[in-house]
Amino acid sequence: MLLQTSALSRHFAGLVAVDRVDLAIPQGGIHAVIGPNGAGKTTLFNLISGLATPTAGQISFAGQDITLLPADRRAQAGMARTFQNIRVFATMSVLDNALTGLHARLSASLPAIIARLPGFRRAERDAIARAQAALALVGLQDRAYTQAGALAYGDQRRLEIARAMAGGPRLLLLDEPAAGMNPAERAALATLIRAIAAQGTTVLLVEHDMPFVMGLSDSVTVLNFGRRIFAGPPGAARQDPGVIEAYIGHKAAVRLAGQAP
Amino acid sequence: MAWFDDLLFTYQNLAVALGVNGLLALSMYVVLAVGQLSLGQAAFMGLGAYSSALMSLQLGWPFWAVLPLSCVVPVLFALAVGGPTLRLNGVYLAIATIGLGEVLRGVYLNVDVLGGAMGLSGIPEAAPLWLIYAMLALAVLVLWQVGKSGIGRAMEAMRLDETAALSMGVNIRRYRLATLCASAVLAGLAGALSAHSTDFIGPNDFGFEPAVTILSFALLGGIGSPFAPVLGAWLLTLLPEVLRPLADVRLVMNGAVIVVAVLFLPRGLLAWRMPRHVRPGRAA
Ligand SMILES: Nc1ncnc2c1ncn2[C@@H]1O[C@H](COP(=O)(O)OP(=O)(O)OP(=O)(O)O)[C@@H](O)[C@H]1O
Ligand SMILES: [Mg+2]
Repeated sequence: MLLQTSALSRHFAGLVAVDRVDLAIPQGGIHAVIGPNGAGKTTLFNLISGLATPTAGQISFAGQDITLLPADRRAQAGMARTFQNIRVFATMSVLDNALTGLHARLSASLPAIIARLPGFRRAERDAIARAQAALALVGLQDRAYTQAGALAYGDQRRLEIARAMAGGPRLLLLDEPAAGMNPAERAALATLIRAIAAQGTTVLLVEHDMPFVMGLSDSVTVLNFGRRIFAGPPGAARQDPGVIEAYIGHKAAVRLAGQAP
Repeated sequence: MAWFDDLLFTYQNLAVALGVNGLLALSMYVVLAVGQLSLGQAAFMGLGAYSSALMSLQLGWPFWAVLPLSCVVPVLFALAVGGPTLRLNGVYLAIATIGLGEVLRGVYLNVDVLGGAMGLSGIPEAAPLWLIYAMLALAVLVLWQVGKSGIGRAMEAMRLDETAALSMGVNIRRYRLATLCASAVLAGLAGALSAHSTDFIGPNDFGFEPAVTILSFALLGGIGSPFAPVLGAWLLTLLPEVLRPLADVRLVMNGAVIVVAVLFLPRGLLAWRMPRHVRPGRAA
């Protein structure tokens, strides 16, 4: 298993956002975590990427226990992520954004940087080529010198993916990558995610759009109120009474709330 | 050339102040560049000034040996203050560094070997003017090169969005501590150079008021490039010389500069940001 969590929990002052979740993500493929609003998907991602510390449980990545590893070390170990609410570096160029994704791979010494030694120049050239390749992967190669904040919303989402992919991660975590996208953009995103998986990066994505996930994923984990209520192939998820109830019940509640005066 | 000597003599203090304040502005810049706020620049300067003055006066060491060593004490204090506070929210560093400045002022006032309220005098005027400007130029060069590299990119990233930078693998704490140490080095150098240009230092030279002045240098100039804070320092140093009445209300002026800069000039006077890459084909 590339990524494994066991009995992973996170409590927030009385609220159990993630409740003893077991997750097993094999090397390769596209894997989804779905669930209604507030199910704990983002919190689970934060625990996996190290932005939140678990109240209980364990996480292992590539055979190593990373439960106590800080977030930057997890990135260095080959984990990359995007955010549900866009977090590009708005006043930096698109290229510079992609280059930050290579941070863990750059290790020039201070004297080499100050004196612009050949080793530093070579590393920098190499990094720019990798960053450009990541931008090309998401179709932003012509916007390299644009300020990231000036990009359209969908492009900023794709830039986050490029930034995460620039360092060639083993695991890519995507938190609602399709949020706010129109159907055409969603289709293009699905193609992109497949291309990423085809390159050998394992993809773990969070969505609450069931149809988007169903056609794309090799496996699905369903969360509801922090609990894992299903794990298995997408076809089986659609038939699972617990999943149906969580989703239909939730949708019905949303519909009723929307109709309330 | 007598007129030139006259000129130099008249403006010697101003020339020293411009160089020293440039270094202090850079020491502020390094901290602001990673999104931290320290009000300890004057305290670090004082540590450099006092420790270098003691080395010259008590031990009689030559200035070329004293100058590099004058960075050691400020860096030790930066590690002591920074280590515990850097894992906390940024405001703790600001508070802890104000505290450091006040504690040190109390120490200078009450320790005999440090001269008490009288300060230390008779410090050899061993720092030539050219050396001050050479150090300033060197500091600008180093910060320029580092700012354009991946280190500068990581610094900018953590200033813009710490969470995103962390997720890209930036070791936030290490960067905070390293930049605080770099800023202590610059302030320590400024302290040693200024102590060895004026022959006298006193406990009130390094209190809260100079700390605020140093902050206003960088806020006025901006942090888009290492040139910006130096410009801010030079303007704020020259202004009271040109407009004499302003000298009496220096503190008010610096306070006003901070308010105006924060409200109307969030990127400073020199908003130009150093380019990290030039679009191919556009390069000269
Ligand atoms: N920092 C926090 N402090 C307190 N409660 C939190 C915090 N973060 C999340 N929560 C709560 O934990 C629960 C799970 O939140 P989370 O954001 O993980 O859900 P989600 O499945 O990602 O939802 P969405 O689909 O809306 O993005 C929610 O009830 C939320 O209010
Ligand atoms: Mg979420």
